[in-house]
Order: sequence, then structure tokens, then C-alpha cells
Amino acid sequence: MKNKKKGAGMIPGLIVLIIASVAWVLPILLVFMNSFKKNTFVKTATFAWPSGENAAGFDNYIKGVTFGDYPFGKSVMYSVTITILATLLILLFSSMAAWYIARVNNKFCKIMYYIFVFSMVVPFQMVMFTLAKTADTLKLNTPLTIPIIYLGFGAGLAVFMFVGFIKGLPLEIEEAAAIDGCSPIQTFFLVVLPMLKPTMISVGILEIMWIWNDYLLPYLVLDRTKYMTIPIHIQYLQGSYGTVDLGAIMALITLSIIPVIIFYLTCQKHIIKGVAAGAVKG
Amino acid sequence: MITRPIAKLFPVFLLPITVAFLIGFVYPFLKGFYLSFCTFTTTSDAKFIGISNYIKAFQDATFVHAFGYTSLYTVVSLVLVNVLAFFLAFLLTQKIKGTNLFRTVFFMPNLIGGIVLGYIWSMIFDGVLSHYGTNILLETKYGFWGLIILMCWQQIGYMMIIYIAGIQSIPEDMIEAARIDGASKMQTLFRITLPNLMPSVTICLFLSLTNGFKLFDQNLALTGGQPFSWQADGTVVKTTEMLALNIFNTFYGQSSTARGVAQAKAVLFFVLVAAISLIQLSATKNKEVQQ
Repeated sequence: MKNKKKGAGMIPGLIVLIIASVAWVLPILLVFMNSFKKNTFVKTATFAWPSGENAAGFDNYIKGVTFGDYPFGKSVMYSVTITILATLLILLFSSMAAWYIARVNNKFCKIMYYIFVFSMVVPFQMVMFTLAKTADTLKLNTPLTIPIIYLGFGAGLAVFMFVGFIKGLPLEIEEAAAIDGCSPIQTFFLVVLPMLKPTMISVGILEIMWIWNDYLLPYLVLDRTKYMTIPIHIQYLQGSYGTVDLGAIMALITLSIIPVIIFYLTCQKHIIKGVAAGAVKG
Repeated sequence: MITRPIAKLFPVFLLPITVAFLIGFVYPFLKGFYLSFCTFTTTSDAKFIGISNYIKAFQDATFVHAFGYTSLYTVVSLVLVNVLAFFLAFLLTQKIKGTNLFRTVFFMPNLIGGIVLGYIWSMIFDGVLSHYGTNILLETKYGFWGLIILMCWQQIGYMMIIYIAGIQSIPEDMIEAARIDGASKMQTLFRITLPNLMPSVTICLFLSLTNGFKLFDQNLALTGGQPFSWQADGTVVKTTEMLALNIFNTFYGQSSTARGVAQAKAVLFFVLVAAISLIQLSATKNKEVQQ
């Protein structure tokens, strides 16, 4: 009897949750629906199902991909290149630095650590003008070199998270490796690095989400006439490209959301854990 | 005993990131700080002029407006996001079926970038407002509440995850004991769950504060500062422009002589955000000592 009562008390809660999740999915569904509508109907019949006179089939997708004077595929390629390269650079070099800082732990290391932590609280607007100029002077304004800027500006959080994790690792394992004849470089890559896997995943996810969605840094640093990323591309079409074709923009937004949703659904456990870890520490 | 051989490997382990860090953070930060006391159009023609950029920043009506608007937005969104996120977290820890599915759905908007989010919601708001012959760019209150709705949709799932972790770390027997002592559901919530959840609440409040003040992409994509209002002295106040966008517009706006003022605004902005973070740090440290 007790169980029955408890179950009944949960029904209002369940109804609230169902209504809320419909409200949460609806915006995505609307983007999807409107990507199949003719431009003029996106504003006047936003909530209608694409059918009859407002339906556009795949026209928006064809138009969207070839829209303007810059193919969308190029932006996708640059977004993928920058995200993968920058994330790998950050994971490798910040874990190496964190191990050095945690194990050597002299005065210099402590100072470095505090500067890294300090950099986490500095908003991008503080450095954006001088950073863009510096990147320009050093020719770090291409998709293959901008990862170095990401490594520098994103080092703080990554080093902070790795140092926190490494300080909790037992020193005995590394000492045993040293006694068995491992050089420090071998010790790091063969012994320490495999143990860092959980933090690697958390940091990697945080960096991927940041860099993939980042707008302002690549907008200011990259040579805009040659290179765009997905957010820059969408802002460029919407913001400055004469008469805006909303249907085509919705098609591009759909194309850019689909990989993100697939990525999310396949590793959501890691994503939620990683994001929560970043939030609690940062 | 293994420290000494590692220490010698500074060039391998620490040098690469140090170089990148100098380029990507240390130099731009220091140079930016110095430039806030200069007049310049590019970084090479800087002339030192003292604190007059700061005086101009405080006299700038658009900056003052952006500060007030950002503060109002931050307070309203902080309250709404956290109350609703806690409410959802509470429901999702009540052993309702399908908890995981709901969690997945509520968290999803966090993966979508700010620019894309802004355009998704501007389509939805315009779809509604077009029936009343208006749109989101025409009235400040539409832009304000539009941004609040957008950010609720994005951030509730994020804060909810932190609250769920907090609720789940409260020992089950504590709640059980309260129930046996005859506490009602409401009493348990306010006397047991909430007080034990204070560490999570602190984290979420400060995250909301810094997120609110630093907001840029969503602001740019949803309204970009529109509608504009012309003041008596000729300055144009962008009524939905927040602090970060105001700094950006001052840097890259029509007048390149205002760059010193923009950099001074950026330093003030940094001090504000850093101060919030420092207060958070000491607040969470104090909590740890008490426990």
C-alpha cells in the first residue's frame, strides 16, 4: 500500500518533467522543421509543419552549402582541424607541464602554477586586442597555427585540473619505474600518461566544447578573408550578407547541430561528468 | 628521489607550454594593462597619457548603461536559472522513472554554441512576435526577456547537474531519520536537503554571476545591442548591449581613437570578474573549514 501511495504522488512530478522536456526539445525541432521551409514562411509560419506551399524540400540545404562567396564545407573543415589539433596540443603539453610542476614542486613551479590559475579568471576581452595583434605579428593566424594560441590561452584550466589529479597519484609507482631503469620521459609516457585517462577525457571534452563553439577568438585571430569556422560562417551570413535567407541559415544550423548531438548521445556520460568536474574546480 | 632527473628536463616538459602561455596570455595581458594608460590605434604607436582613459570610460553613457543592463540581466537570470534548476534536480532525485532520459534532454543545449543559440531563438521569438506586427529588435524588453529565456534554456540543465550531484551526496540515512522523526516532505526539503546543499548552491551562484557578466556570443547573435536610443548629446546607446559587447564595439567601432578607452574598460571588466572569482574562492574555502 505504501508503494502505491508513493507512485501516485510522483505523477504530478512526472507530468511537469514531460512538459519541460517537450519545451526543451521544441527549439531544436523548430530549427529542423524550418530548414525544410521556403524563406518567406520561416517568419510567418514558424510553428507550422513543412508541407504544401511552404515546403522547400532540400533546396535550403543545397543553397546553404553554396551560399555567399565561401563554401560551408571549408568552414566545417577548418572547425574540425582547429578543434582536433588544439585539443591534442593542450592535452599533451598541459599534462606534461602538470606532471613536472607536481613532481618537481620547487619555487619556480609554484609561481608558474599560480600564474596558470590566475589566467583562469581573466576574461577574454582583457587580452583580445593585444592577443590578436601578437598572433598576427607571429603569423599564428592560420588554422594550423592558431592551436598554439589556444594552447596558451587555455593552458590555465587544463594545467590546474591535471595538477589536482596528479597530486593524488601514488609516487611509489613512478619510483618503481625509475628503479627498473625508466628515464623520466619513459616514466611519463609509459607509466603516468595511462593513469591520467579519466582527467584526459574530462579536460578533452571541456576543450572540444570550448574550441568548437568559440566565436570571438578565431574571429579576431584568423585571417578572415581566407579562413572561417562554423560559428564565424553563420554569424557572417546572418549579420552582413545583404538579404538573409532564413531557410538556408536554418539548414546550416541543422547541419552544424547534428554532429554535436551525435557526439553528445554517444559519450554523454563522460560529457556530463567532465563538465561537472570543470565547473566544480573552475 | 626521482625529482632531480625530472627537474633537468625543464626544456621538454615545461618549455613548450611556457612559450605558448607567454604568447597567448602573459604578454597580451601585460601589454593590454599598459595600453589602458595610452592612446593608440595599433599596438606600436602607443603614447602614455595616464589615467584619462579610465575617466573617459566612467563618463561614457554606453558603458554605464551596459553595466546597469548586465547587472540587471545577471540578477534576474541568476534567480530564475537556479530556482528552476534546483526544482528539476529535486524532481529528478525522487526515484521517478526515466530520470536519465530527462537529464540527457535538459543538459543538451549546453553543447550548442552561443552564436547558433542566438539565431535559433531569434527565429522563434520573431515567429511569435510577427503575429503582433513587431520583432525582437524593436523593443528593449523583448531583447531582455528573450535573452533570459534563451539563457534559462541553456543553463538550467548545467546547474541541474551540479545540484543533482549535491543532493545525491547527502547521506540517505539523514533523510530517513528526518522522516522517522515525523518531518513532512517540505520540512525535509528546507531543514535537511537545502542546508546540506550549500556548497553546490555557492558554486552555482558564482558560476551564474561570472557567466552573466561575461556573456557575449548570445548577446551578439540575439539582438546585437538593438534597439538603439539617441541621447541629447548625440551618443547612441545600444539598449540591449552588455559589458563584453560594449568593450568589443568600443575596440572595433568606427572611432579607432577610442581604443585606449576600450582597453581601460577591459581592465575594469577584468577587475570586476576577478573580484567575483576571488570572493567565490574565499567563500568555498570557508565552507571547507567549517565542515
